[in-house]
Amino acid sequence: METPRQPKLEVRAVSLDHHNERTKQVLPVLRGIDLKVFEGELVCIVGPSGCGKTTLLNAVDGLIDVTAGQILVDNREITGPGPDRAMVFQHDSLFPWRTVLQNVMYGLELQGKLDKQARKDRALALVELVGLAGFADHYPHELSGGMRQRVNIARALVMDPELLLLDEPFAALDAQTREFMQVELIKILARARTTALFVTHQINEAVFLSNRVVVLSARPAAIKEMIDVDLPPARTLAMKHQPSFLELEQRIWRLIEQEAETTGMLTVA
Amino acid sequence: MDALTTSREARTAAEAKPAQPKSAWARNENALIGTAAMLVFLAFWEMSVALAWVNPLFTSSPSRILRAGYEMFADGSIYEHIQVSAFEFFVGYGAAIIIGVPLGILMGWYSRVNAVLDPFVSALYATPRIALLPLVMIWFGIGVMSKIAIVFLGAIFPILVNTITGVRTINADFVKVARSFGSNDRQMFLTVALPSSVPLLLTGLRLGLGHALVGIVVGEMHGATAGLGYLIATAGARFQTDKVMVGIILIASAGVAMTELLRRIERRFERWRPSLGG
Repeated sequence: METPRQPKLEVRAVSLDHHNERTKQVLPVLRGIDLKVFEGELVCIVGPSGCGKTTLLNAVDGLIDVTAGQILVDNREITGPGPDRAMVFQHDSLFPWRTVLQNVMYGLELQGKLDKQARKDRALALVELVGLAGFADHYPHELSGGMRQRVNIARALVMDPELLLLDEPFAALDAQTREFMQVELIKILARARTTALFVTHQINEAVFLSNRVVVLSARPAAIKEMIDVDLPPARTLAMKHQPSFLELEQRIWRLIEQEAETTGMLTVA
Repeated sequence: MDALTTSREARTAAEAKPAQPKSAWARNENALIGTAAMLVFLAFWEMSVALAWVNPLFTSSPSRILRAGYEMFADGSIYEHIQVSAFEFFVGYGAAIIIGVPLGILMGWYSRVNAVLDPFVSALYATPRIALLPLVMIWFGIGVMSKIAIVFLGAIFPILVNTITGVRTINADFVKVARSFGSNDRQMFLTVALPSSVPLLLTGLRLGLGHALVGIVVGEMHGATAGLGYLIATAGARFQTDKVMVGIILIASAGVAMTELLRRIERRFERWRPSLGG
C-alpha cells in the first residue's frame, strides 16, 4: 500500500440512527464508521450479534439513508441503490415464480440496457460461472440450499458490479455445504475480479475469505479493530487448521467477546 | 471440488422428483367414483317419478328436463336468454377485473390511496349487494345495464379485497431485492407485486365469479325482459318445473366451466410451485 491507491469504497464518518415509527424512539446503530475497501479486496465485517453489520451493508447498497457522513463508490457519493453495487442477500430471496435463468436475468431486465438475447446470453454465462450449467430452467424450489445461494450470487454478479455486497449468504447452509461454498466463492470472485464486502457472524468464515477483517463494537457500532489477514491468496480448507489461522480466529473472537460482555450478552458465571 | 459439489447437489435435486407412471384407473379413480354416484342419483330420480313415488310437477325428472332442454334449443327460444345473460356477465365481470385488480394493487401499495377508499370499500363489501338492486333498477332501468351494474358490484369487491391482501402480504425480502436492483414503481408492480399476489388475486376472481352469477339470476328475476334468470322466474311462476331445471342447469354448468377455466389459469401461473404429496 505504498502508492496511494484510489479506494473502490470509502465510508466516511458514517453514523446512522434507526427511527422506530411506532415507539418514536431513536436508536443509534452506527457511530462514526470510517472504512476503505480497495479494488480486488475482500473485506469481512464481523461483530457481536445485532450490532448493525447488516445495517452498514444496507447503507452501502443505498437501501437505507445514513444520518451523517458519506459513502463513496469510486469517489462518487451514493444516493440510493445503483448498478455499481449488487447485493447477495442473506435469505436467497429468489423469486419462486422465476426459473434460475430468469432470476439471474432480473437485474438486467430492470435496467433494460441489453436486448433480450444479450441478457439471456450474459445470464447463462453467469449460471455457468457459479457451476449451475444445466439448471438454468429449474425453479428455485427444485434446487438445494447451496445451489440457491449460487443463483443468489450469480444474480448479483451478472450486473458486473464494482462492488459486491454479501450479507451472511451462507448462514442458512449446513456446515459442510458452507465450507464448500466458501471455497467456491473465492474462486468465483477471482474469476469475476470483483471487490467485495462480506458480512458474517462466523469468525472462521471471515478469516478464511478475506484480506482484511473489520471488527465492529457492540451497538452503536464503531470500528473496534481492523485486522489484516496475511494468508496466501489461494486459500484451501486445510489452512483452517494452521496455527496462524487459529491464532487470528482466537484474536478476533476475544475482541468480539469483550464487546459482547459490555452489553451483558455474555454473562460469565 | 467444483464438479463434486454440484453433482452432489444435483443428485438431491433429481431425487426430489420421482416419476411413476400410473394406470388409467388410478389416475381417474376419484372422477370415476364421482360420475358413478351421479349416475346412480339420476337413475333413482327417474325411477321415483316413473314409479309415481313423487309428483313430476314438483320434482320434474331427468328425462323431462332433457326433453324440455331439447325443445328449447330446437325452437331457438333459449338462445336469446343465453345471449343476454352471457353479455351481462362478461361485461360486468370483465369491468370488475379491469378496474378491481389495478385499484387493488394501488390500495395495497399506497396507504394514502387505501385511507381514502377503504371506508367505501369496507362499507360496500359488508352490504349484501343484492340489497342495492332496487336502487340500481331506479338508476339504470330494467334493461341489460342494470344487470351489468349488479354483476359488476357483486364481483368487484371480492376481487378488490383479495388483491389488496395479496399486495399487503408480499414478502418484504422480494421488495428489498427489487429495490436493490434499482427497480422503479412500475417495475415493482409488474415484477414483484403482481406475481406474488397471483394466488389471492385468483381467489378473488373465483369468489367474484360466484357473486357475478348470483347477480345475474337475481337481477333478471326482478324485472327483466330476457335472460336465464328471467326464464327461471317466469317458468317457475307457471309451474313449468322442467324449464326451471333447464335454466338452473345451464347457469350451474356455466359456473362450473368458468371455475374450471380459472383453475386452469391458476395452474398455468402456479406451475413453479412444488407439488404437494406427489
